Amino acid sequence: MDKMPKWADVILTPLISLILAMAISALVILAIGESPWMALKTMVTGALGSSYGWGFTLYYTTNFIFTGLAVAVAYHASLFNIGGEGQAMIGGLGVALICLALPWPHWGVALPAAMIGAALFGAAWAFIPAILQAKRGSHIVITTIMFNFIAAALLNYMLVNIMRPQGSQDPATARFPAGAHLPQLSEMAAMIGIEWGKNTPVNITFFIALIACVLVWLLIWRTRLGYEIRALGRSEPAALYAGISPVRITVIAMLISGGLAGLMAINNVMGEAERLVLNAVEGAGFIGIAVALMGRNHPFGVLLAALLFGFLYQGGGELALWTTIPRELIVVIQALVILFTGALDNMVRMPLERIFLALRKKGRA
Amino acid sequence: MSFMKTLMASAAVTAVAGGAALADPALIFDLGGKFDKSFNEAAYNGAQRWTEETGGSYKELEMQSEAQREQALRRLAETGANPIVMTGFAFGNTLEEVAPDYPETKFVIIDAVVEQPNVKSIMFAEQEGSFLVGVLAAMASESKTVGFIGGMDVPLIRQFGCGYAQGVKHQEADAKILANMTGTTPAAWNDPVKGGELTKAQISQGADVVYAAAGGTGIGVLQAAADADILSIGVDSNQNHLHPGKVLTSMVKRVDNAVYDAFTAGENLETGAQVLGLAEGGVGYALDDNNKDLITEEMKTRVDEVSQQIQSGEIEVHDYYSDNTCPALSF
Repeated sequence: MDKMPKWADVILTPLISLILAMAISALVILAIGESPWMALKTMVTGALGSSYGWGFTLYYTTNFIFTGLAVAVAYHASLFNIGGEGQAMIGGLGVALICLALPWPHWGVALPAAMIGAALFGAAWAFIPAILQAKRGSHIVITTIMFNFIAAALLNYMLVNIMRPQGSQDPATARFPAGAHLPQLSEMAAMIGIEWGKNTPVNITFFIALIACVLVWLLIWRTRLGYEIRALGRSEPAALYAGISPVRITVIAMLISGGLAGLMAINNVMGEAERLVLNAVEGAGFIGIAVALMGRNHPFGVLLAALLFGFLYQGGGELALWTTIPRELIVVIQALVILFTGALDNMVRMPLERIFLALRKKGRA
Repeated sequence: MSFMKTLMASAAVTAVAGGAALADPALIFDLGGKFDKSFNEAAYNGAQRWTEETGGSYKELEMQSEAQREQALRRLAETGANPIVMTGFAFGNTLEEVAPDYPETKFVIIDAVVEQPNVKSIMFAEQEGSFLVGVLAAMASESKTVGFIGGMDVPLIRQFGCGYAQGVKHQEADAKILANMTGTTPAAWNDPVKGGELTKAQISQGADVVYAAAGGTGIGVLQAAADADILSIGVDSNQNHLHPGKVLTSMVKRVDNAVYDAFTAGENLETGAQVLGLAEGGVGYALDDNNKDLITEEMKTRVDEVSQQIQSGEIEVHDYYSDNTCPALSF
């Protein structure tokens, strides 16, 4: 029997964790002599107070949905994929290669092609750690972390030596052809006569991310493969006994995971920068871990958590840009949120469980 | 919302005031951050010098993420800052798009060329300054083996390394040059421990002068060199004082002057591309009390002669950007 009702587990625990993180952040801001209230106000207005802020918040959210889903899918197979960063990097490479390969006539053609490239490259980057885990038992945490560094080195090599336009000193590819330009949400809004989020990077990929959430939910809870993934995640001997091949499921789960992480590149490489830069992923792969933990590895939870981190990113950016609060503090705030919602989850959950148990006993008595 | 309103209001006020009131200049630091002991910090020092001398004020921003570049540029332009100076080649592509939307605002970009009528592009001829310190390194080296330690493996750092190697070879045709890059991620700009380890590795291969072009990582290079009692060469700012008598010289890149000049020129800034090399005083080698005993009269005469020859075109220093290759060193 569950110790506490589901709503408390899903909503109350993260909420209390979040409030605790905010409270400690406020103390830190007080300690450096700034006003926490002003800081919060700047963050909220900067991230949610205008269509402009929303445009950035949703852009970051899109990144985190993909990396969060990537971690969540692998997690259901009890695989801890820390390589989202590298998989997204290599996904970006796939997007860039495809966008630059042809003079794309229209984004409607370029987008599916680039999505395939992003997913394939991301999945390929997850494949080697997956096969090493499945066949040789090399721990996936270690190998995926190592593959992040290899991805960085590979990307660096490609951008510095091969894909950089002649004479440019910026280690980045050339700009993608105009036909590969994805519609920004602001352009779509303008088409129906609304001025919304001008000059913001959020683009059509946001909707693809939402669709990905639904598809992942269907996959995990409504398909045979999803059942096999979950069965393997719960107990490998039981799965084996039921005729599920651990090798096959491990590899498939990691391929899906890597593909999802790679798909993030559609947003940041094709949608925003429209060229591949070295620093394209910017830690979104690691944020994805926190997003998945906080979202309880459920696609809807991932969506909400991604939104929260999108807010923290954009609000934090505003804070650093327009106030005297140093940017290191923004990292502190983000770290506190990750610490409380991800790592220190049980600190809140256990007392909560005790409270609910006590309440229930009282109810029975 | 009040915050936005303040911004809007200040934008409106500046717009109304127009040319009457002098607009504040602005400085945008790249992702490395303001106090990176190197490139961004040099820009900051230039801006501070301007503030101290003129009593003026300026706006400054530090980038947090790639997506913010455009946001920062637009918001500063809309609040009426003029000119807007940004450090780093990574802004090039964004500025190309943003600049035409604000024809009244002057932009200055350091380390990249953006061809727009209201943009001034400042490039430094790092290869020329590095050539000079290469000549000095070759003369100071007894083992005729010298080292180069770069930060992140990007074309900019290869430009430094290539100029240095050419200088070494120019002076000492069969000298051996050891070259290492610290890494391939931005962490390579700030990894003094690894810088120190690379230095020790190069020392064990016989290097007795090591040139660090690696941002914060260079601190570790200079430290390891001083500990092993060999000579090192600093970069960007004058780093001779870090280990007096142990730092042979520093290849200075006067980003501070570029920022200072842009701020001083204000709205009347002349746009266009500008390359600051030896002739313009944009790069050079540092000579002060800390290293005057290391640079002998002979070395000084020689290096000044080479400097003259580069300026007159007698010596042509190969530009790595021109063809992405280096005749004196392979990376």
